Amino acid sequence: MSRREITVLEDLLGSNKKIAAAVRNLLESRGTLAINLMSSPGSGKTSLIEKIIESLHPQHRLAVIEGDIETELDAARIRAKGVAAWQITTGGACHLEAKMMARVIGEIPAETEFLFIENVGNLVCPASYDLGETLRWVLLSVTEGEDKPKKYPKAFLTSQSLIITKIDLLSHLNFDLERVKREAKEINPNLSILATSAKTGEGISAVIQLLLNQRQKLLSRHA
Amino acid sequence: MHELSLVVNLFELLETKAKEEKIKRITLVRLRCGVFSGVVPECFQTAFDIYKKETIASEAELILDIVPVRFQCRHCGQEASQDDLPLLCPRCGSGNVTILDGTELTLVSLEAEV
Repeated sequence: MSRREITVLEDLLGSNKKIAAAVRNLLESRGTLAINLMSSPGSGKTSLIEKIIESLHPQHRLAVIEGDIETELDAARIRAKGVAAWQITTGGACHLEAKMMARVIGEIPAETEFLFIENVGNLVCPASYDLGETLRWVLLSVTEGEDKPKKYPKAFLTSQSLIITKIDLLSHLNFDLERVKREAKEINPNLSILATSAKTGEGISAVIQLLLNQRQKLLSRHA
Repeated sequence: MHELSLVVNLFELLETKAKEEKIKRITLVRLRCGVFSGVVPECFQTAFDIYKKETIASEAELILDIVPVRFQCRHCGQEASQDDLPLLCPRCGSGNVTILDGTELTLVSLEAEV
């Protein structure tokens, strides 16, 4: 028996990145804008998607992938709004991975314009996994406190937009909106920041405008 | 806590390599782990020690070489290294930077009995 050293140099997320690239290629070539929504549990990902549906459905073709550890509850909320939803239950895993996307992607209609991927509620692990999305949004509700961008930098560093949610509650809280915006921009100067309330509808029109603009960009890139 | 998922990926790579190279036993596994990889080294070590039992690497030692973050300023082109956020250019103070290094989690090499 002899001992030897073998050089490998393989990325541990290499297989995830390969699958994600294939998913992105497929979706973008069809003109589907995929948005990966990440946040803590309970910060309002499903409520934001419901609000977007109210504005964009049925003029635009929407689809939603719901990631949760257990239950079909979120997919049922989306279907109740008349939009097709696919539930991925991870059975314990704290994040979605590209291979889970690959399993459902074949069922997403080719004419879909906007595909929302609601990640498992967790501000840490989802940030490490590319799902093949075109856009990554991080949500932060005002009840969570201002310190989250500094405490969970990777989610903010890898996202294009920060959607602050539940701003109808601001008058009840000591939440410094400007501080959050400033600190999030320190971590990621390219982050676009929108403040919203799914309850009152405030700020939702800016979210819709962002989505429409981003899809136009995607279409012109692939024209 | 996604370190266990990553360890599962690691063992898939190790098993593929073991077949290719006709390895009997893996004795050491060396990884490069970026400060911004999202991995907590202690959690990764624990997950590795749990998972390695009854595998080809059951007695293997794990070495994680920690890689600092290296970035380049998009404003003035300066390159710099840093371990914490926010990333700011030491020359012009701009926060508009491209990360060059320090997000990776790479299986670099292994030592084995063949």
